[in-house]
Amino acid sequence: MEVEAARFIGAGIACLGMGGAGIGLGLIFGNYLAGALRNPSAAPGQFTNLLLGFALTEALGIFSLVIAFLALYG
Amino acid sequence: MASEQGGLDPIHQFEIKTLFPMEFFGIDASFTNSTLYMVLAVGLSAAFLIFSMRGRALVPGRWQSVAEMMYEFIANLVRQILGSEGMKFFPLVFTLFIFVLFCNVIGLLPTDLFGIIPVPHAFTVTSHIIITFALAMLVMTVVVGYGFFKHGFGFLKLFIPDVPVVLLPILVPIEVISFLSRPISLSLRLFANMLAGHVAMKVFAGFIISLGSLGTLGVLATVMPFAIGVALTALEFLVAFLQAFVFATLTCIYLRDAMHPSH
Repeated sequence: MEVEAARFIGAGIACLGMGGAGIGLGLIFGNYLAGALRNPSAAPGQFTNLLLGFALTEALGIFSLVIAFLALYG
Repeated sequence: MASEQGGLDPIHQFEIKTLFPMEFFGIDASFTNSTLYMVLAVGLSAAFLIFSMRGRALVPGRWQSVAEMMYEFIANLVRQILGSEGMKFFPLVFTLFIFVLFCNVIGLLPTDLFGIIPVPHAFTVTSHIIITFALAMLVMTVVVGYGFFKHGFGFLKLFIPDVPVVLLPILVPIEVISFLSRPISLSLRLFANMLAGHVAMKVFAGFIISLGSLGTLGVLATVMPFAIGVALTALEFLVAFLQAFVFATLTCIYLRDAMHPSH
């Protein structure tokens, strides 16, 4: 296989990891909303935890994006 | 491959350019655009905090409110995670937060410093892993140093979880590996977020140019990548703040291990 073609395929495969981050983010925001609707008065207190979870999870998806960039340009 | 695209190359923005060549004892210590933006971040944050607190009014004005909000935000974070005895680490955490925040936000401004300094576009200091890794190693050095200073070899209890002895041969290596991977994950998270965000913005900006060269229909279609670009810029401002916040939070969580090593 040509190296160039293998690069693009590899970058595409690496991006699959972002699907996991997508599932995780969906769980975080979905569960936050569910909890917030059950007990709206407690929701603002957990907002920083929500953002922390969002940032930590999103970072994992971005790791795979970085691998994709490394495959493309590295 | 990357150089063929010329101006549309999304990686080009991370290139380090030497502004004033310098060399100390055979080490290349040139003043680069990275240095310039680090100096700018430090200068602007210091100027902002000193300017807004110059009145020291009992009832804060607008500028002072912003500075106090930032202070309170990090002070509450440190107090929540480390307790009031951990407030001695507040200057470290606040400095890291402000530095990372200013580096991230300055990197988002689409300026060339109003044409004063010959740098083609704003440079994001935190989009280079060596910078974020140095910050993360600073944090880990403080954690390990303070842990051994405070607890002596009792700090090593950090690696011995409270489980039956049979499980220890499995769990101790896991704890050690997870501790050793902390500086890597701490630095990679910040670096990767900044890199990926800026590349994504540049890629969508590139779509506008390549669509625009396709005739009238293409020009009309540029509305879509432009709208996405605007949305991405807004998201990047959120990410710039969030990553600084996450960096400060994780610093606090790691420092807690140094203060209370036994689980």
